[in-house]
Amino acid sequence: MNFDFSDDQKVIREEARKLLAAQCDRHRVRALLDEGASYDAGLWRIMGENGWLGTAIDEAHGGLGLGRLTLCVIAEELGRALAPVPVAPSLYLASEAIQLSGDDEARAELLPALASGAAIGTLALTEGLQAQRRLDGLECRVHNGRLSGSKLPVPGGQIADFAIVVAQADDGRPGLFHVPLQAEGVTVEALHSIDEGQPLARIRFDDVPARMIAGDAGPLVGRLLDRAAVYLAFEQIGGAEEALAISCEYARVRKAFGRPIGSYQGIKHKLADMYTRIELARSNAFFAAWALENDAAELPLAASAARLAANDAFAFAAKECIQTHGGIGATWEGDPHLFYRRARALGSLLDSTYSWRDRLVDELEALIGAE
Amino acid sequence: MDFNDTPEEAAFRHEARCWLESVAAPRDSSSSFAISQETGDFEAEFPAQRDWQRSKYDAGFGAIYFPKEAGGRGGTAMEHMIFMQEEARFNVPVTAHFMIVNRGCCSLLLRHGTTEQQALIPSSLRSDAVWCQLFSEPAAGSDLAGVRTRAVRDGDDWVINGQKIWTSNAQFAQWGVLLARTDPAVPKHKGLTFFIVDMASAGIERRPIKQLTGASNFNEVFFNDVRIPDAHRVGEVGEGWKVAVSFLAGERTNIAIKELMPLLGGIVNLARRVRINDRPAIEDGEVRSRIAGFYIQEAGVRYTVQRMLTALSRGENPGPEIAIGKYTLANLVQEMTAFALDLQHAAGGVMSPGAAPYDGVFQDEWFGSVIDRLGGGTDEVLKNVVAERILGLPGDVRLDKDVPFNRIGQAS
Repeated sequence: MNFDFSDDQKVIREEARKLLAAQCDRHRVRALLDEGASYDAGLWRIMGENGWLGTAIDEAHGGLGLGRLTLCVIAEELGRALAPVPVAPSLYLASEAIQLSGDDEARAELLPALASGAAIGTLALTEGLQAQRRLDGLECRVHNGRLSGSKLPVPGGQIADFAIVVAQADDGRPGLFHVPLQAEGVTVEALHSIDEGQPLARIRFDDVPARMIAGDAGPLVGRLLDRAAVYLAFEQIGGAEEALAISCEYARVRKAFGRPIGSYQGIKHKLADMYTRIELARSNAFFAAWALENDAAELPLAASAARLAANDAFAFAAKECIQTHGGIGATWEGDPHLFYRRARALGSLLDSTYSWRDRLVDELEALIGAE
Repeated sequence: MDFNDTPEEAAFRHEARCWLESVAAPRDSSSSFAISQETGDFEAEFPAQRDWQRSKYDAGFGAIYFPKEAGGRGGTAMEHMIFMQEEARFNVPVTAHFMIVNRGCCSLLLRHGTTEQQALIPSSLRSDAVWCQLFSEPAAGSDLAGVRTRAVRDGDDWVINGQKIWTSNAQFAQWGVLLARTDPAVPKHKGLTFFIVDMASAGIERRPIKQLTGASNFNEVFFNDVRIPDAHRVGEVGEGWKVAVSFLAGERTNIAIKELMPLLGGIVNLARRVRINDRPAIEDGEVRSRIAGFYIQEAGVRYTVQRMLTALSRGENPGPEIAIGKYTLANLVQEMTAFALDLQHAAGGVMSPGAAPYDGVFQDEWFGSVIDRLGGGTDEVLKNVVAERILGLPGDVRLDKDVPFNRIGQAS
């Protein structure tokens, strides 16, 4: 057993951390927020040039073929930097959906553009208050190759070039459809989101040509959400760790009653709790990353656990980061709200904790077997 | 990243499983999830635990990661872990608490002991000798460096007077490890010295403490002019704190590597059997949420231990990170068992093994969990360790840290 990243992956992590420290410090993150920009196009281009976007896409399709585990390493660093880039819609969701579809033509056409950054993709799955795994009764329907209906929210919908749309096919079952978003009949409405660095849109489709890339897609969507959950867990852990780091830094220097607030157990135990939740999340995420890389049967259980633990760790770290900073934590000028926004945005991006818990216990029951 | 056994690990696992199959029956599912060692009838359990340890030792599985020269197998921490995984599948006495202390004492003697002291290791690993830990005192628990038991030099001996408390297994022990004050005129961490004690020495009196479970495994141990030869001192005079700290770090590792999946499986099965709100409890959303929460913590600690073992197998020192596993698991057992008792409706209050659901295992473990949150460092002390040693936060206020021990509490 070797329960750690390889030396090569560690080198990639160090390079990613350095590059992001130079290209994506929190001044830059904040500047984009002030401008109301939906993503950092300059950073996205650099990521494409460095091959990061093609990490988990094989060489035959224009990627580097370094594997999903390596993308997990990069995801953690993007999370640490609060990078405002559409990796979740384009790589964790669209690219994985295309790879899972089994449609060779779609792979050949779409993956190279995602790997280079020439195109941004997204997954148009959610319809308002519907749970993401619940695919019966979808409003979006494709009839005779033409799609109608609307999706809300679509992550990165206003910056994406195409969407993989989950819609009800002619056979009444859900399918995946490739839809270019410049097509006539597509209306994209940019929405404000909790974290503007994780943009959300409403997209209406009115009789738009749509090509099916996978039919009977219920199980596929389940697997897709599992995969995306693992990448996101690493991004969440990176963000949580940085929230903890700035909290510790502040607790060491901020004084109250004549000594650093970090010397009071009310603060230090809170920070120890953050650390504990982060480490438990990291360990769950490691196992999930292994299951992802090896397409192991344990993936649904491992991904659910990683998702839930990372949600919990980042949400807790972000809110207690504000609390540790006191009043300054509640200002626009202070950094803590950047983490508070990102934690909630990533928490909402992929199904609710209730769905993931349900999935986890289903898998656990199967693992334990009948009494 | 690779979760599979290496060829060497697979070979070891096979060997361990073959041996276990030859001497023990597989666990059955009914009473198979007991985890704690702090409940039950110790007088009755102890001989079986010791016999099992001797069988393991004689077969080469009782002291896996100890070097051959010290009577061990010369294996790895990973192999120890693999053996524990395999052992958990068989109906054998639970890993005895006394072996945690015995292994800790043997590790300590390997690191700090003299050749003569190290000669005690093989018989201790076989459990022919049982050890106890004479650290805590009525006025020195979490603040262990405040121990008052005095050791005064007299010729080639030290004369010990004082009182120790919370000493597990003192009633069975031939040897003890003792932290005593040799110089009260210096600050408290500096005046301590570490000894091993022959528990048959004149002047040692043991009194059992009745625990909240009703069982008595802990003891008070009184020292009245007990003589210890200087040859039984471990480490230098005044260096006792350092030795004690390295001992306690090992104990935390042992507590963190408890297997809780069987207990969680027991809870899932219980939730399938009982009904709440007119349906099987396992179908209730809140029940499922709690179970999912338990699993995440359980798996989180389990894989944290595996990360640590990976570091160990590369010769890295895992450091204080394992403290999180210790307090997470101790709290988790308390939460899981309280949850299980709640699920049992009114039957949750029954203790009689024949009448209580699952032979009262959840009831027993619920009591036992109290002790794991205290022993080997309380939750609160360990969170200080995490905050100060990992996160680099400033130390707690320690008003007595630099004051000579015999002036603590006096006006300066």
